[in-house]
Amino acid sequence: MAMATRAAYGKVLAEEIYKNPRVVVLDADLGAATQTKNFKKVAPERYFDMGISEQDMVATAAGFATCGKIPIASSFAVFAAGRAFEQARNSICYPNLNVKICATHAGITVGEDGASHQSIEDISLMRTLPNMTVIVPSDAKEAREAVKAAVEHVGPVYVRLGRAAVEDIHGEDYKFELGKGEILREGSDIGIIATGIMVEKALVAAERLAEEKISARVVNIHTIKPIDENLIVETAKRTGKIITVEEHSVIGGLGSAVAEVLAKNFPTPQKFLGIQDRFGQSGTPAALLKEYGLTVEDIINATE
Amino acid sequence: MTNEEFLQKATEIRRDIVKMIAEAQSGHPGGSLSIADILTVLYFDEMQIDPQNPKNENRDRFVLSKGHAAPALYATLAEKNFFPKAELLKLRKFGALLQGHPDMKHIPGVDMSTGSLGQGISAANGMALAGKLDKKNYRVYVICGDGEIQEGEVLEAAMTAAHYKLDNLTLFVDHNGLQIDGTNEEVMTVNPVADKFRAFGWNVFTINGHDFDEIKGALKIARGAKGKPTAIIAETIKGKGVSFMENEVGWHGKALNAEQLQIALKELEGVVA
Repeated sequence: MAMATRAAYGKVLAEEIYKNPRVVVLDADLGAATQTKNFKKVAPERYFDMGISEQDMVATAAGFATCGKIPIASSFAVFAAGRAFEQARNSICYPNLNVKICATHAGITVGEDGASHQSIEDISLMRTLPNMTVIVPSDAKEAREAVKAAVEHVGPVYVRLGRAAVEDIHGEDYKFELGKGEILREGSDIGIIATGIMVEKALVAAERLAEEKISARVVNIHTIKPIDENLIVETAKRTGKIITVEEHSVIGGLGSAVAEVLAKNFPTPQKFLGIQDRFGQSGTPAALLKEYGLTVEDIINATE
Repeated sequence: MTNEEFLQKATEIRRDIVKMIAEAQSGHPGGSLSIADILTVLYFDEMQIDPQNPKNENRDRFVLSKGHAAPALYATLAEKNFFPKAELLKLRKFGALLQGHPDMKHIPGVDMSTGSLGQGISAANGMALAGKLDKKNYRVYVICGDGEIQEGEVLEAAMTAAHYKLDNLTLFVDHNGLQIDGTNEEVMTVNPVADKFRAFGWNVFTINGHDFDEIKGALKIARGAKGKPTAIIAETIKGKGVSFMENEVGWHGKALNAEQLQIALKELEGVVA
């Protein structure tokens, strides 16, 4: 089955998260798209539409948190992490307030809306903030568990969610552990480290590589910060070659985070699959993934 | 408290402001001195707070949106015994409690970290919304600068406070007419300030921000207002109380030297006597 991570977010808000009376949800006139409207249906008194004003929304969430609430603020990633960056910095992360920013429509798979709405720098922006935790779920089940973990965690969390449907790769019994990467497939010739919607493509690529007698380990790094240094170093030691894959700029995202870990601990040749310092554009998600070098074939080719 | 007692407190706060900025050789005296009378009434008459229990969940909240006036807030909190006065003279020094701008994580009595202009009213709205949600009776007070209104988020927050009928929120606009690069009119016109907030649906009135009766009266009306947030446009004098600083744009962010400090302290003695 395939479901967008934003859809899973909306479902878990309305099925589980709303039961915590401390949770309040804020949105900036995008509740239908971010799916927070589902929370509004079950807990309207704790849902706050802030209008089209992301800066005000994020700083208001900070004020809620000072009074013991667990605010979840949602908008598109380009606005939540971009426009309201400085509110996230000074009003949430500096005072280390318990605010969750759940941003949807991240990456180029936003599709037809084009470059203005395709956030390719939010991981980079958010992980540079002290006190911030950054999570990028890979499928619906992981999104569901990640949002629950974000609410349980005390402190600021950024959760990056997508618009387009992604195939399920996790079963119902999946246990999400904040800050711990996940080995999805064992292998020794090459290490493919992916995040978000690219994890599923990495798994398909590894299957195809196996047919060519290339054994690839596939690692899902759902928590970009704090990152699982041990697993990354161990993967590098085991395989000697690393490919990072992300639907994000190669500047400052997963690839950079992995390279920082390896440069310090076990310098390893690395290929960076991601958006190569350019903006997105309009098109179907499939056409855009092809144009920006983020298909299964691109991953396979990178192993050569 | 009598007006004479208010004046004594406010003068003590002003003396601490100039002393701590002179000692730090850094800080913002002008906009600190302009809000000393408002802070005096808030902390010694209006707000329900307990220095022994600064995190009491039922306390009134205060947000200094114009965070660069931190010396005024710190001097007031010390005068109210939230922390020892000795801390004041360590302002802005490495390893000190008192950071250049308010830091809620470490300083007792500071309800919100501020410093980047434009964000404080939003944060205060969040506190006021939480209070309504929990059916608590606490009130939220916030002071912003007049130049600060140039930040677009102030207008977003003004819309939010009116939309959610935050009658538990009171905003003071410290309308001293000056900002770093000159007068408001030279830099970016903010007037008519009262009309702006009125147009957004606030309960608005203008007072002399150095008249204790007017400050108290405005706060009393704000407490009785239903269904609307209150904006009190406080006409103030930047640098109030120190003759060579009053209405001087150059004293926005400049420290006093030893000689200037002595003159300032002498003038501030004269006020109480």
